[in-house]
Amino acid sequence: MLSFNILVLVATLYVSFLFGVAFMADRQTKRGHLGWLRSPLVYTLSLSIYSTAWTFYGAVGSAVRNGLEFMAIYLGPTLVFVGWWWFLRKLVRIGRTQRITSIADLLSSRYGKSAMLAVIVTLLAVVGSTPYIALQLQSVALSFSVFTTSFDVGGATPDISVTAFWLAAGLAVFTILFGTRNLDANEQHPGVVMAIAVEAIVKLIALLAVGVFVVWGVADGPSDILSRIETANINMESARGSRWITLMFLSAAAIICLPRMFQVTVVENSNESHLATASWAFPLYLFLMSLFVLPIAVMGLAELPAGSNPDLFVLTLPIAHNQEFLAMLVFLGGFSSATSMVIVAAIALSTMVSNHIVLPVWLYLRRENAELSGDVRVILMQSRRISIAAILALGYGYFRFTGGTSALASIGLIAFTGVAQVLPALLGGLFWRGATRRGAIAGLSAGFFLWVYTLFLPSFEGGWLMSIDVLTHGPFGIEMLKPRALFGMVDMDPLVHALVWSMGVNASLFLVVSLVTFPSPLERLQGVQFVNVFEHSSGQGPAASMSVATNDLLVMAQRIMGSQTASAMFRSAAHEQGKTTDTPDPTRDFVARLERELAGTVGAATAHAMVGQITGGSTLTVEDLIAVADETAQIMEHSVQLEAKSRELSQTARELQTVNEKLTELSIQKDGFLSQVSHELRTPMTSIRSFSEILREGEDLTQEQSKKYSSIIAEESIRLTRLLDEILDLSVLENGQVTLKREKGRLSGLIDRAISASSHVSGLELSIRRNLRAENVDLTTDLDRLTQVFINLVSNTRKYCDAPAPELRIKVTQRVGDIVLDFMDNGSGIAEKHREIVFEKFSRLSDASAAGSAGLGLAISREIMRNLGGSIEYLPGGTGATFRVIIPRA
Amino acid sequence: MGKHVLLIEDEPNIIEAITYILHQDGWSVTSHSDGTSAVERVNSATPDLVILDVMLPGRSGFEILQELRGADGTKALPVLMLTAKGQSKDREAAEQFGASHYMTKPFSNAEMLDAVRALAS
Repeated sequence: MLSFNILVLVATLYVSFLFGVAFMADRQTKRGHLGWLRSPLVYTLSLSIYSTAWTFYGAVGSAVRNGLEFMAIYLGPTLVFVGWWWFLRKLVRIGRTQRITSIADLLSSRYGKSAMLAVIVTLLAVVGSTPYIALQLQSVALSFSVFTTSFDVGGATPDISVTAFWLAAGLAVFTILFGTRNLDANEQHPGVVMAIAVEAIVKLIALLAVGVFVVWGVADGPSDILSRIETANINMESARGSRWITLMFLSAAAIICLPRMFQVTVVENSNESHLATASWAFPLYLFLMSLFVLPIAVMGLAELPAGSNPDLFVLTLPIAHNQEFLAMLVFLGGFSSATSMVIVAAIALSTMVSNHIVLPVWLYLRRENAELSGDVRVILMQSRRISIAAILALGYGYFRFTGGTSALASIGLIAFTGVAQVLPALLGGLFWRGATRRGAIAGLSAGFFLWVYTLFLPSFEGGWLMSIDVLTHGPFGIEMLKPRALFGMVDMDPLVHALVWSMGVNASLFLVVSLVTFPSPLERLQGVQFVNVFEHSSGQGPAASMSVATNDLLVMAQRIMGSQTASAMFRSAAHEQGKTTDTPDPTRDFVARLERELAGTVGAATAHAMVGQITGGSTLTVEDLIAVADETAQIMEHSVQLEAKSRELSQTARELQTVNEKLTELSIQKDGFLSQVSHELRTPMTSIRSFSEILREGEDLTQEQSKKYSSIIAEESIRLTRLLDEILDLSVLENGQVTLKREKGRLSGLIDRAISASSHVSGLELSIRRNLRAENVDLTTDLDRLTQVFINLVSNTRKYCDAPAPELRIKVTQRVGDIVLDFMDNGSGIAEKHREIVFEKFSRLSDASAAGSAGLGLAISREIMRNLGGSIEYLPGGTGATFRVIIPRA
Repeated sequence: MGKHVLLIEDEPNIIEAITYILHQDGWSVTSHSDGTSAVERVNSATPDLVILDVMLPGRSGFEILQELRGADGTKALPVLMLTAKGQSKDREAAEQFGASHYMTKPFSNAEMLDAVRALAS
């Protein structure tokens, strides 16, 4: 027979065993022997803390009261893990890359490190979890009392609250021991996770054992059970309707939002790939847990006396059949369910409470004292331990206060609805960059309030804060505000009612406020980091543990500072530490010094983040990232400036190059010009010199010869003079130093002058066709210069027109702002390749003698027209050579 | 004496002057003023000496010289180059292409006569 003492002994032994498991797992991890401790199986089993004592015992009770409804609690998580595992992967990835410690930290971090948001979520979690913890304490205490009353074999009947007290105290000790062993790494607790995995196996085996016993031991096998289920008074119609959907939604939300689930799913996750296994193994586990719920419920109803608590059928059925060992197993299973939940919840909640409430308050109180770098870790540890104790005390207090009256299942669903309020802000934060802190705060606060008002407080049935009067008639007698029928929504299931109101208002406010407010820069940055987490991170495992290799630091330092500088720095540090080798110990001083050295190159924030990554001594906070981003921006700005400078310089270089090319070209042109001038001068000079020598020494010269040679000398002298005149003229025109004499004159008169002036030019008789009426135009310009251009054109025709009967037609067209003169001859024109160069200096195309000039005529004409504000150009397409002169009217 | 000089030059006055000077010294002179057909003229006239101007209509004196030096019949023909440009690079070009002598305009008549005499002997 089982006595209470034996029960206590077994429980104690079991707890000791769990201590051992946790201790071994921690030690293995410290030694770096991770192995199967970090296997996907252990991860999946640790997720089983979803099945608390509530589902272990309460599922059967729920089946008795509400039929298939209990299935919804299992289906929700199954759907999430099977259909939404990509979402969980994103959550896990964010958790790792952002070093998230809790769900409050996640939301706070996403929404620009908002302290307010963290506090709200923490409060919500504490308020929602406290009844839940109380529930676990109650279920274990109840199972104790079931044993002692069923096997009443002397000894004092223990007070149920005393059992609960010792249980709470024991759990506090365990959680503090294994939950606050190290704060260094990433808030992971391999010992605790291992113990939970073991407990998961125990509770599964216990439940399966009872199921097998009920089906084959009490009933006559599966077929008997199935027929009994059909005839039993169990409500099979409950698996539909709004309540069914509500339950499924709540449980799906809970598997994501419950602080303890977040702890095991995200924070304790050591490898993303474990999710792949969990996505099928966890639903399988839930399926096995729920497999025998209905048989146990049916057989409990059939076998046990009427009025037995269906929440305890799992335990009372074996006891009724005197299966002591089985009963003991069930007791341990329930014990496991309760304790694992409490432990993880306490860890998760204490992290939140200590990080977001205790520490900020402590820092605020100590703000005068700047010297806090040394003892923050101690403070953090203490605050974590105190928080764990406080949370368990709160749970115990709640248990004592309510006295364990409510049905187990209702407390669970109330808690689910509470934590589900986090969902809109969480989903929005992960998938919507437009989600803002204000939106999240507004939605969460409203949801929180409505949950407290419509579900949490009414659950006390007037026992606490909210009186029966408020429940039945509304506050101040306002019927519209009745907590369970807001705005006249009567005849609604209280749970559905509460969920519709709280989630509806929560999600709407979140959306609307997010849309009308703007995120701060920090929020935007974090928003991008969260929503696009897969673009910003790799799927690699978590950062290396504390065993820092100085070599890693050296490798990094070498990359940044250069090999020799880094080695020298490490060497000197090693000598200062009194070491004989060149490898210093990674002491705090050394790491700080290294950080300073690196900061000189990459900036302080980046250096801190990089060293932090390697030493693992500091986590990469949002502020670090911001600072890194700032530095990067500065560096980029520098580089942009440098780039601009370099562009400027190369631009200048290009300009200089162009100028240089131009100068070179000019210089070549000048050389060419001088060479041309030299040639043009030397040619007449040659004749002059030769003939003057001939005349000087010419005794044999005839009179006629003397005369001829003298006239050649005179002719060539004139040619020389004209050439010099032209060169000077061109030079003056080109430099723009010419002074124009603007006078009024008639075009026809100018053309008359030009024709008569060029008539001396030798060549065939040139007939000139004019239209005197068209030429009857007055214009104001430098008349002499313009005439010079006309003379040049007429002379050129005389010289170069190759037609047998040369003819020049002068056509005048008047346009709005100018007058156009076309000089067209009937010759063969100018070959295309020469059209460009006819205006160049000394561009005479055929032999010089015929022209009697140096080939500067068109060049001078072009310069004249340029100075007069008009133009002269060769017009292709005419019958012969056509030159077009455009003269502005004024 | 009485040797034949072919004068390739486009300035009529210069042709007149050189022709007079050489005639006085007993040379027979023919002149040609087009660059394009100059080589043919040299081949057909078979002169004892050629006076070649650089700036000619149609073809440069240097090109003509180059072609003359490339042909067997005119490889050794004495050629006196005349140029009005008076730059050292013209002198270098004349030497490179194988001019027998090079003179810059304007020249003295005696200088010209000496050069022709020296080349033809």
